[in-house]
Amino acid sequence: MKKMSKSARSSFINYGIVIVFFVIFQVLSSAGKLSSSLSGQLIPICTYVVMALALNLVVGISGELSLGHAGFMSVGAFSGVVAAVSLQNSVTAAPLRLMIAIITGALLAAVTGVIIGFPVLRLQGDYLAIVTLAFGEIIKNILNCLYIGADSNGLHFSMKDGNSLNMEPGGTVIINGPMGALGIQKISTFLSAVILVLIVLFIIQNLVNSRAGRAIKAIRDNRIAAESCGLNIMKYKMMAFVVSAAMAGAAGALYALNYSTVVPKKFDFNTSILILVFVVLGGIGNLRGSIIAAAILTVLPELLRQFQDYRMLVYAIVLILVMIITNNSKAKAFIGSITGRFTKKAAVKE
Amino acid sequence: MLNYLINGISLGSVYAIIALGYTMVYGIAKMLNFAHGDVIMIGGYVAYCATSYLGWPVLFCVLASVVVCIVLGIVIERLAYKPLRNASSLAVLITAIGVSYFLQNIALIIWTSNPKSFPNMVTLPPLVIGGLQISSVALVTIAACIVIMIALTLFTGKTKMGKAMRAVSEDKDAARLMGINVDATISLTFAIGSGLAAIAGVLLCSAYPTLMPTTGAMPGIKAFTAAVFGGIGSIPGAMLGGILLGIIEIFGKAYISTQLSDAIVFSVLILILLVKPTGLMGKKVNEKV
Amino acid sequence: MKRKLLAVLLSAAMICSLTACGGSADSSSADTADTTTDTATDAATDTTTDAAADTTTDAATDAAADTNADASGEGGSLTGTLKLGVVGPLTGAAALYGNAVDNGSQIAVEEINAESADFQIELNAQDDEHDAEKSVNAYNNLKDWGAQAIIGCVTTTPCVAVAAEAYADRMFMLTPSASATSVTEGNDNVFQLCFSDPNQGSASAQYIFDNKLAEKVAVIYNNADAYSTGIYQTFQAQADTLGLEVVSTTTFTDDTANDFSVQLTEAQNAGAELIFLPIYYTPASLIMKQAADMSYDVKLFGVDGMDGILSLEGFDTSLAEGVMLLTPFSADATDELTSSFVSKYESANSETPSQFAADGYDCPYAIYEALKYYAANNGGLNVDGMGYEELCDILISVFTDPAFTVDGVTGSGMTWTAAGEVNKAPKAVVIENGVYVGL
Repeated sequence: MKKMSKSARSSFINYGIVIVFFVIFQVLSSAGKLSSSLSGQLIPICTYVVMALALNLVVGISGELSLGHAGFMSVGAFSGVVAAVSLQNSVTAAPLRLMIAIITGALLAAVTGVIIGFPVLRLQGDYLAIVTLAFGEIIKNILNCLYIGADSNGLHFSMKDGNSLNMEPGGTVIINGPMGALGIQKISTFLSAVILVLIVLFIIQNLVNSRAGRAIKAIRDNRIAAESCGLNIMKYKMMAFVVSAAMAGAAGALYALNYSTVVPKKFDFNTSILILVFVVLGGIGNLRGSIIAAAILTVLPELLRQFQDYRMLVYAIVLILVMIITNNSKAKAFIGSITGRFTKKAAVKE
Repeated sequence: MLNYLINGISLGSVYAIIALGYTMVYGIAKMLNFAHGDVIMIGGYVAYCATSYLGWPVLFCVLASVVVCIVLGIVIERLAYKPLRNASSLAVLITAIGVSYFLQNIALIIWTSNPKSFPNMVTLPPLVIGGLQISSVALVTIAACIVIMIALTLFTGKTKMGKAMRAVSEDKDAARLMGINVDATISLTFAIGSGLAAIAGVLLCSAYPTLMPTTGAMPGIKAFTAAVFGGIGSIPGAMLGGILLGIIEIFGKAYISTQLSDAIVFSVLILILLVKPTGLMGKKVNEKV
Repeated sequence: MKRKLLAVLLSAAMICSLTACGGSADSSSADTADTTTDTATDAATDTTTDAAADTTTDAATDAAADTNADASGEGGSLTGTLKLGVVGPLTGAAALYGNAVDNGSQIAVEEINAESADFQIELNAQDDEHDAEKSVNAYNNLKDWGAQAIIGCVTTTPCVAVAAEAYADRMFMLTPSASATSVTEGNDNVFQLCFSDPNQGSASAQYIFDNKLAEKVAVIYNNADAYSTGIYQTFQAQADTLGLEVVSTTTFTDDTANDFSVQLTEAQNAGAELIFLPIYYTPASLIMKQAADMSYDVKLFGVDGMDGILSLEGFDTSLAEGVMLLTPFSADATDELTSSFVSKYESANSETPSQFAADGYDCPYAIYEALKYYAANNGGLNVDGMGYEELCDILISVFTDPAFTVDGVTGSGMTWTAAGEVNKAPKAVVIENGVYVGL
């Protein structure tokens, strides 16, 4: 009973952090104290937090290294945009349209997750990593050749070019190959972004603490032992993978609808890596760490703008140093000796 | 048809030579050195500077590039990877990515973002057989690839240091108990890998003469794919994987679609891995219960 | 370096003062408060009152680099300090374009600042890594700095994203090189200094057809790049209407921009006499080398992205012999304006300016000329502390004024349509003996 309450308390702290974050920035923003630089980053921060949480479900909870999560984000982004644009006239309420777009993005990404998951999850370790990387690149490559248009007859698809969509005059091209989606109406809001973060957090935390979650963790810790206990390995791995893909898709839709344009190139290997960096720096399997790391590392390159040309160089050095400090056994022992005292005190209180 | 095959082999041999460096480091240090592609880029720039600004003869340029890259490789290993010897492989992976960003941005500051057109270091006439023409760069790359592959196989198989490397790759702690200097061995591995990267850089840039701070990134990923394709850790596998990857890329472009060539390459990779989950020549590791 | 340092210090000071102002005031009044910290402009503000007395309108329509523009004492003069932001990729794969624009615009700003003590421009370039998200961040950062107008973005995709923000904010944007129509579409505040994609694609097809350069044409374009795909699509459409036969269309992406043997073989087998290359010069240089290696003798026709090929360090220019391209700028032009710009750029950056640098150079001048034009017609203008919304309206009114023309290194007599597109004549040049020769 005591253990239950501990994980529940940890969950509530996570919700609390997100809500406090929202309230603080909402107050600052309505008081006008927020610089436009920071206020412009609120929605991307939420997007990356969702992405980091989603990837943490695969990397941390399920123990599979995925280097292609940006691919799911991309699927979600483009399907979300298609949904939002084609419903522009029929659904006038922007929040409703956003919701439909996010759900569409999540669903399509989940379907992609199922298709990819079947072959991928049979593999292990670095081979799994390279195959997810490969799928990410395949998705990017296909989206680069994909043209989607809408007219009164519905949606038109083409893999050749915009002229071969055979649309009626007056139809709009929604996705234009490498130019991506143009002229998107910005309907993402900070409130909706925070709600998405809370929903994702809710789903993951409940999944982790459920029977299925314990099975997933058991498979991570010892696959053979779990298998001999009669757990269906593929089923639970797929569950984590597909849920994660759906969340990444939702994040993608939110992200895309925050900008007036989105291109397939954005969701490349580097974006996948960026999200992996959030997860690793925040602590593998640690949800709170993912939230904080994603938020800080999204803002960091902006704070480093004053270094001008040296900005990304400084970012790289910070990244290396943080990895060494948090993972080196000597450095760890040093930090442990400091934090150890605090945790001891906390334990005494309990 | 035959023409495409030759083009495929010449492209593949460039991938192969990069993949050799990847697989070498992975095989011994068990880490994915994502900065490998960027060491290649640095190697290219050093050779470029040596020939264009200093006017050195070709052999010296290559040598200079190899020396600089070896030093760079050892320094990177000592500063960034050594402190993480016992950390999780993910932490090392992220650090390698940090090093990759670092090298790219250093190159951007030193050599600016303007591309340089790399002079052809292999100024031999092309080989003409019938109606076919094979460029000298391709020939040299394939030859270099084979020589390096054989040398590496012999080195790891026959020499004392090579044996030490294999021992470290099998079990670090046991190797240490047997009196092997694990740190020195891993440093040596990085030195060899980086030296290979320098040669790969010169050959890559001779074949495709554009030099930019991001030059190494994509060939690096492709070569990584090639190494996995052939079975990562396997030296002949890297060579085979690289050349196959090149051939698939060219044939995919020629007969299916130039737009989807990357998708084709990666789809084939996935298919191969599904049939043979450890790559073409990878060792099957039995799980211990 | 010093300038950059200064810019950093100034921007830091601005940010501090902004936060000190607090949020009660809106951004334009916050800007007014800012300028009190700016000692450099004290002298300038004094002259505004007497300058407004009589106006001589013809002075402002003078050529861009014309240093004998009327003295600040008479006529409706322009005073104050303008804060100009530049957004472009300064790092990453597209860094070369952003850096060229940045360097070019710095030279222009130095010239403008040297010209008159009464009007100064402060330039602040922010990196967008050729990414829409980073670009919006860079734009917001410049807004915090107090930018009154934006030069940018350099590349198309980020520009579309920023244009939407700037449209909502009413910030004036002049893009040096984002050529897609989607940049200006529906945004009355965004103007282009470069040709738009359709303009280039159809002009190329027209040129090839009119001059009977070839009957069978092949195209190789980058299908992961908005610029390249945009030009290809309009080229194809125009070729279809003209009856120009396109026998082979092949593509590559940034990830496969190494090996072009397949694309070239296909063009050769299809019997193409000319290859249209709507791509940047870096992959184009590889195509030229590989075509030469294959002994495939074919005419090559490029667009403005091809410019720069001759100054590619280490490139064997004999490979580019006979290449034709449509470009608004050539560094080898002998007119005074171009040669002075080229020599200044070369001494500052030890490289030959590309077309991007030239576009970057023309942008501050276009804005400067527009402000002078407005000042002359409206009895003077003091830009100190002027909000970007107000400045946006002024600049839009001038840029859409048919009487307003700008002479720059990328074209003389440039005018703008209300849609934001520039009118200037594309020049077709051919490379002969390693230099551009007009056709």
